[in-house]
Amino acid sequence: MPIPSRDDSRRAVDIVSYCRIQSGLSSMPDHSTSSAAGRPVGSRFNLSTPELRQMATRLRRHVITMIATAGSGHPGGSLSAADIVAALYFRILRHDPDDPQWPDRDRFIMSKGHAAPILYAALAEAGYLPVSELVTLRRLDSRLQGHADRKSTPGVEMSAGSLGMGLSFAIGVSLAAKLDTKAYRTYALLSDGESQEGQTWEAALSAAQFGLDNLVAVIDYNGIQLSGWTRDIMSLEPFAEKWQAFGWHTIDIDGHDIDQILSACSEAEATKGRPTAIIAHTVKGKGVSFMENNVAFHGKAPTREEAETALKELE
Amino acid sequence: MTEASTRETYGKTLVELGRENENIVVLDADLSPSTMTTFFAQEFPRRFFDCGLQEQNMIGIAAGLAASGKIVYVSSFAIFVSCRCYDQLRVCLSQSNLNVKIVATHGGITVGEDGTSHHAIEDLALFCALPGFTVIVPADAVETAAAVRQAARDYGPCYIRLSRPKTPLVYSEGYQFTSGRAVTMRQGKDATIIAAGIMVAKALEAADALARQDIDCRVINMHTLKPLDEHAVVAAASETGAIVVAEEHLAQGGLGSRVAQVVGSELPVPMGFVNLGDSYALSGKADELLERSGLTAKGIEKSVRSVVERK
Repeated sequence: MPIPSRDDSRRAVDIVSYCRIQSGLSSMPDHSTSSAAGRPVGSRFNLSTPELRQMATRLRRHVITMIATAGSGHPGGSLSAADIVAALYFRILRHDPDDPQWPDRDRFIMSKGHAAPILYAALAEAGYLPVSELVTLRRLDSRLQGHADRKSTPGVEMSAGSLGMGLSFAIGVSLAAKLDTKAYRTYALLSDGESQEGQTWEAALSAAQFGLDNLVAVIDYNGIQLSGWTRDIMSLEPFAEKWQAFGWHTIDIDGHDIDQILSACSEAEATKGRPTAIIAHTVKGKGVSFMENNVAFHGKAPTREEAETALKELE
Repeated sequence: MTEASTRETYGKTLVELGRENENIVVLDADLSPSTMTTFFAQEFPRRFFDCGLQEQNMIGIAAGLAASGKIVYVSSFAIFVSCRCYDQLRVCLSQSNLNVKIVATHGGITVGEDGTSHHAIEDLALFCALPGFTVIVPADAVETAAAVRQAARDYGPCYIRLSRPKTPLVYSEGYQFTSGRAVTMRQGKDATIIAAGIMVAKALEAADALARQDIDCRVINMHTLKPLDEHAVVAAASETGAIVVAEEHLAQGGLGSRVAQVVGSELPVPMGFVNLGDSYALSGKADELLERSGLTAKGIEKSVRSVVERK
């Protein structure tokens, strides 16, 4: 099967017009009924930078609504990753919501499993599941588990929640691509906190050993973990130098700048013979003033009033 | 009794499987000359990945390969591929239900001189606790080959525990193995010995000795600890009225615990347990350690006499 080019934007027409129509969470239709027909298999979504910014805001709104409705969850690390996830799902990744197991799809591995809400939001917006289902997050019998679970949710590649495992899993996926001479690329999203796990560095060593230039680790470096600032608890610095010393190409970017995210992914794709780590400097809770850089919102749901305030800020 | 190496058989079987199915890949953690995955590595270098001393990473890599459609065999010593990476086994294989076959060599105390740190005697409890895992302890090299082959056919995570030393052959070529179905090695009416792994040969030896004392013993090879052949256990309880479980494992969570759970809920009968109790073994030759721990035909014999008296 030929790999579709990035210019193949027939799918994008649907999603862009869909985005333009939508204005608020309350009026969101069941997207699953409008997604499938007539789309080419395996295309990329092809949102422009301004559209990706809008999409990131939409995803953030979903995150707030989902977690507030659930009454528990981890808003901070979902909000910090919103721009990265939006850029990947609606521009970079070749994937097909109508065929989640398409063998040639690019893989997105959510290693920081507590940020499942931002992944679910992107999957819903892309058409893997109805947007209306998002508010079932964490409920009994919901397909949207508290932490990402591959058996429950279409489009979720890996079960996560215990930190530090995703890069290893992504290596396995990347090795399979090499074995099968497939062109798909694998993107693993890690948190800075989980970079304290020894397994992350085992994986870093081995990805370089295996020469996995089809693998990208994106580190959502928001600087905060559950109980405080990463630098105070177990500092990772000098961070880029560590990845370099482990044999990786590194790119430091502003993780909220869509153009920087896109160009870093292009640079990674052009880098041969070794894997690339994109160190995305982000703000925990980004987009909601009272959540930004606020340790408390690592793992606390907003109250109804806080959620309403947050949604106003995210218009 | 003729002896053969279960791990050498594993290595050779893996090569055969590799020739038959190019979807099979093998991972090891710097132990391939000992686990015998080195045979596969030599013939299929592209499909063999040495993960170095990174057991946690290895399980994650295995999961990623399996999620991409590969049948993944992972090998290391039993102690390192159980205790060292348990959370990874739980999340990436059990919770994820991925098609990874953990074939561990150097199980139990017969590792011998390397001592406590290398004696995997809690591995069966750990793997049996993981939902979805099939757990197999082959009785000899013939059964090892069959179990390793069957694992490639059955979807799902699987743990197969092998030994370091050569072990007595209790089967001959042509033996038909079915995962989850116990094998009655010898009929009997006075008591049943349920054993796995190296203890099967010892159970047969014990049954011979007991026959000379007019105790007619059934011997069951319970090669699959999970899913357990409950029917065979209940039949043994009902037809022989006493059960002894023999295993190269701690008392808790292994074959004895699993059989007792069935006996307790279905048909309580006197039970005896031949195992390592609640303590570690130390360095020594394999046979010396088995002798010291009572994991012998004589130890089984004594336990059977005791349960028969309590009937």
